[in-house]
Amino acid sequence: MEPINKIESVLTPLDKNNVDTDQIISKEFLKRIERTGFGQYLFYHWRFHADGTKNEEFVLNDPRYDGSTILVAHENFGCGSSREHAPWAILDYGFRVVIAPSFADIFYSNCFKNGILPITLSVAEIDEFLHKGKEAPYTLTVSLEDQTVAGEDGSVYSFNIDPYSKKMLLNGWDEISLTFQYEDKITEYEQKHA
Amino acid sequence: MAKTIIEKIWDEHIVYEEEGKPDLLYIDLHLIHEVTSPQAFEGLRLANRKVRRPDLCFATMDHNVPTKNLPVINDPIAKKQITTLAKNCEEFGVQLADMEHPDQGIVHIIGPELGLTQPGKTIVCGDSHTSTHGAFGAIAFGIGTSEVEHVLSTQTLWQGKPKTMEIRVTGKIGFGVTAKDIILAIISKFGIGVGTGHIVEYTGEAIRGLTMEERMTICNMSIEAGAKAGLIGPDETTINYLRGRRYAPQGEEFEAAAERWLALNTDEGAVYDQVLEIHADEIEPFVTWGTNPSMGSGISANIPTTADYVSETDKSALRSAMEYMGLEEGMALTDIEIQHAFIGSCTNARLSDLEAAANVVKGKHVHPTVTAIVVPGSRTVKKQAEDIGLDKIFTDAGFEWRESGCSMCLAMNDDVVPAGERCASTSNRNFEGRQGAGSRTHLVSPSMAAAAALHGHFVDVRKIDAAVQI
Repeated sequence: MEPINKIESVLTPLDKNNVDTDQIISKEFLKRIERTGFGQYLFYHWRFHADGTKNEEFVLNDPRYDGSTILVAHENFGCGSSREHAPWAILDYGFRVVIAPSFADIFYSNCFKNGILPITLSVAEIDEFLHKGKEAPYTLTVSLEDQTVAGEDGSVYSFNIDPYSKKMLLNGWDEISLTFQYEDKITEYEQKHA
Repeated sequence: MAKTIIEKIWDEHIVYEEEGKPDLLYIDLHLIHEVTSPQAFEGLRLANRKVRRPDLCFATMDHNVPTKNLPVINDPIAKKQITTLAKNCEEFGVQLADMEHPDQGIVHIIGPELGLTQPGKTIVCGDSHTSTHGAFGAIAFGIGTSEVEHVLSTQTLWQGKPKTMEIRVTGKIGFGVTAKDIILAIISKFGIGVGTGHIVEYTGEAIRGLTMEERMTICNMSIEAGAKAGLIGPDETTINYLRGRRYAPQGEEFEAAAERWLALNTDEGAVYDQVLEIHADEIEPFVTWGTNPSMGSGISANIPTTADYVSETDKSALRSAMEYMGLEEGMALTDIEIQHAFIGSCTNARLSDLEAAANVVKGKHVHPTVTAIVVPGSRTVKKQAEDIGLDKIFTDAGFEWRESGCSMCLAMNDDVVPAGERCASTSNRNFEGRQGAGSRTHLVSPSMAAAAALHGHFVDVRKIDAAVQI
């Protein structure tokens, strides 16, 4: 997993609440047995019309946001299914940070396993960024180390993140290798509960 | 100190705890299916790791399996996913009920059916509807594929302790109102994000009165309220359901286990982080009209209008749902015409669900403009239903009687609702495109789906025929 700390990018304003994992990655793309290559299918039915042509009205098709690595949306982002294909698609498309007032639990946890930083800000802070980002390309600077998001015109907001997840992301650690350091504890537990 | 059942089970499973870290939690049962496991097994292979406790894993094939012309899978990518699971289970020594095995079925139907699901266990699966197993008084939750790999290799997970929530359903449910209506009413009343970060315990007279199959319907949709898990404290109903099941303890061991299970119940005076209450007598048969499970109303209501909402985001969500669903704000739910009816899924494809639907359709016929299918939740359910003649009731009424699987709930196989068409569905999600690109889903109970199939539009199942016993 690639470590993450400072990210500077134009934000992509996804002006929707309750963005569910079925929209992030639709079920017809869940049949592949690889972890990679899902970016082309991200928000597929919002990006493309039924006839396969681009939906020019959808924000990901707006060239002003090309190359953006920060996605901003309204509350309860990632609700629905546990499919890790959702963060795989987001990452593979090029996003490293998702900012929303709240996230669904499984999606939130899946982000950390893949080097994506999910940031929770207040509704007012999100509304401000979405508003500015929709009007004109608006650059955010995210620092995981400092736990801050700074707008290009000087507003700086801090966010909370649990110290364990922060350390994992900053170092890009593989959680399973870490857990093996506790193997004796696991064995002890199993013996006690056998 | 007085503890909730949630805290009791959680604390019992802590392998390691340290300030500033999540708890390292032991997992008692790991259920596996073809869609969310291949990358996890591949991860093991690449790191040269093995499955730590294959005896605590159980796999089946459900999401991709066809519900007719078994075992032919036309889609080569789906077929590869199925064969990959078989190969992985063989290589890593995991027990598998494959497509043609008599135990095959939707993973959340067969766990309880086989007695693998038991009170007090921690249960995970790479599927959000793992919350179903909470009906037995277990902590059961969905995980991503990285966590599937973590459990396969260590039998543990790092988990921050969730908050606790009680949802109390007071009073008795009325005639024609089902477990599905209770949970849809809860989600509609409190919202799809209300449970985020919490494990919910459902309590109250209306919950106590439910059978195990009905309790599974409630817990199944906990995730649609955003909850990490949902559970119901074990009682005699739980014990009676489990007695004699294949993987449950047997004989004296069972009686000893039953005593332990009953002691798991929340202590008097235990405090939840949050308590919500809903009265059963305010719940009607429910129909969703929007694009998430909270967008629903009792059958006698109309679809809300933008004037009913305060925030611009909510107004815009309603407008966008109406556009996608091809409906008008304020219209009566009974005016919504359907072209498809689906009776199935991990929410409502157990024997009692099929019986409820069969009671409505017996001796009648599906409306000429409706295509209706019944997909039993497991091969066992299918056989039980056939033994009492339900298949005949359905096929005589014009329903198709299919093989078991997830089917049209998420339409990964060929069971797809075409774009622009509308389905009365007993499943759990009505997200855009859930049952096929452009499809329109209305979540209902089995009896409501059956009634809609007969009439071609939604009807109040309580009014259709006084002779019908629901």
